[in-house]
Amino acid sequence: MKYTISILVENHAGVLSRISGLFSRRGFNIDSLAVGVTDDPHISRITIVVNGSEYMVEQVEKQLNKLIDVIRLRRLKQNETVSRELMLVKVACTVQTRSQIIDIVRVMDAKVCDLSKTTLTAELCAEADQLKLFCDLLEPYHILEVVRTGTVALAKGDDIVNA
Amino acid sequence: MKITAAQAMVRCLEAEGISVVFGLPGAAICPFYDALSHSQIRHILVRQEQNAAHAASGYARITNKPAVCIATSGPGALNLITGIATAYMDSVPLVVITGQVVRELLGRDVFQEADITGSCEPFVKHSYLVKDAASIPRIMKEAFHIASTGRKGPVLIDIPFDVQKEMIPFSYPDSVQIRSYKPNTVGHPGQLKRVVTALKHAKRPLICAGGGVFLADAQDSLAAFSEQTNIPIVTTMMGLSAVSPNNPRNLGMIGMHGCTGANRAMNSADVILLIGARVGDRAIMSPMGLAKNALIIHIDIDPAEIGKNIETDIPLVGDANNILLELCEKADTIACEPWYEPLKSSKAADYEPYAGCIRPQHVIETLCSQCESDAVLCADVGQNQIWAARNFNIEHGRFLTSGGMGTMGYSIPAAYGAKLAAPDRQVIAVCGDGSFQMQMMELATLCANNIPVKIIVMNNGRLGMVRELQDNQYGGNKTAVFLDGNPDFVALAKSYGIESARVTSDDALTEAITTMLSSKGPYLLECAVSPAEPTL
Repeated sequence: MKYTISILVENHAGVLSRISGLFSRRGFNIDSLAVGVTDDPHISRITIVVNGSEYMVEQVEKQLNKLIDVIRLRRLKQNETVSRELMLVKVACTVQTRSQIIDIVRVMDAKVCDLSKTTLTAELCAEADQLKLFCDLLEPYHILEVVRTGTVALAKGDDIVNA
Repeated sequence: MKITAAQAMVRCLEAEGISVVFGLPGAAICPFYDALSHSQIRHILVRQEQNAAHAASGYARITNKPAVCIATSGPGALNLITGIATAYMDSVPLVVITGQVVRELLGRDVFQEADITGSCEPFVKHSYLVKDAASIPRIMKEAFHIASTGRKGPVLIDIPFDVQKEMIPFSYPDSVQIRSYKPNTVGHPGQLKRVVTALKHAKRPLICAGGGVFLADAQDSLAAFSEQTNIPIVTTMMGLSAVSPNNPRNLGMIGMHGCTGANRAMNSADVILLIGARVGDRAIMSPMGLAKNALIIHIDIDPAEIGKNIETDIPLVGDANNILLELCEKADTIACEPWYEPLKSSKAADYEPYAGCIRPQHVIETLCSQCESDAVLCADVGQNQIWAARNFNIEHGRFLTSGGMGTMGYSIPAAYGAKLAAPDRQVIAVCGDGSFQMQMMELATLCANNIPVKIIVMNNGRLGMVRELQDNQYGGNKTAVFLDGNPDFVALAKSYGIESARVTSDDALTEAITTMLSSKGPYLLECAVSPAEPTL
């Protein structure tokens, strides 16, 4: 089962390594991790998606809470969360395939952000399963490079995780 | 007026009431040592940095306050790691200070540079790499606060050489502001109520006390709670000596090497109160089975321990002393003697004396019968530790050992740390010939500072615990366990000017221990123990 945890941390050097180290040394796997500063420049928000059991995710939360730099954390509920991920995909493209690829880009609500004689780079900002579908659709055209930001997420409505 | 950051660090230590520190200098920590030499703080020069951490650990466990150890950058700091990890596993409050290369050269792999904050990450409660000299008073204040509150543990402060020399205005903060760190010490009233109700319905209730009882200074309230409710107590090895061995409700130590009565009590109880015990695998081997048979109440200051190793019915997060005092007010007496009286372990059987060597159990029994009633016994790791724990019997004594990490070479530095913290108490280190040789350089520290710690070396010429394991699980294929090349331990001690004797028979043991305990200075007693003796 996949769990999304939103963590507010002090924006210090070394915080990210403390957090990622905690996962690896306790044998927990990170699916994705995204980090960036919040509206308060002293605070960063980390969104971590982990794959594991209820026991595991509870342990992760408790251990994270023990880190002095962790201000607050919350497990986000799957159906009550807005989540997005940004992906850039560079795909091989020829005169023959270009319009087919652009069709896929349009249908998926993605955007072409770079074109060359032999390549097309598209961006898609969506939920993780949409990104996967997009990749699957582009696969036959030969994907050259992919980069993803990792999921960022917020709870819906007035459910707020703040310092 | 401005002072150097190094001077500021010393002023911070003074403000924290530190009177003894343990360490070994090097180039990168010299500004600090220079400042330290002008202070009243006593510096104990160890012979290898790991022992500075162990000594501070012994000191901290007796005072229950953070103790300080110091090393230089690179290898000095790296040598501390085992000591830091040992303290971390047993929740011992330390403030560890290390020198570091100058800020500008950080990350360039210069001479004696090691990423110590990075390397220690899994073993510290928190760490600082100080890049701004002006932040030193705040960081020192925070470090002592973090080390000594909540679940205690080591905090590392890594200070580059140039930072130590910078001039800063000094004022020591009165309070700490860490928005993310507010440990909960008071038990939740609702959960307390649930505990009281559960105890009302209990027929065979049992307290399992761990090392957290000492950390919360809860020995007295534990005894009072047990007396008031008539609930018997078992302890883990870390909890050993939290209750007097002669307390009528003390059923002894549990675990792989514990006593039968205590383990039976665990397996037949219907309500178990775990207090400051983290259900380590050597104490409780099958937590699943335990939780099936009994209602588990887990009292711990660290919420992350709840549910980690055992499924808990009633979690109660908070300071053990606060919680026990509250429970004392609310809980009733439970008539459960018919259950626990038969579980009390009978006193050890009389041994047939061996020829030419001593029964190791006999060494500890004799020691306990002769030492003062508040003596501190520091056991090392291995067979000696098990014999020491199982035969520990000092009325108001204290048992210290590396319980979580099982670090060989802990006993002598921890013992002299403890002795410096409590100069009026007898302190005895018990180790094997294997573990002794991991710390024997510390005889010089004892000697130089005239610290009257007594050392018992149980010499069986083997890494006995591994030998036993090989006997039991590897078909008796004894490999790499024979300590050929052992020195003459008595001559070795004497070469340091330490009084010493060897004893090889049960008959001579009593007198040898009397002589040891009545000697003025440090003393080493080598006991030739039976090489074949198992712990199990």
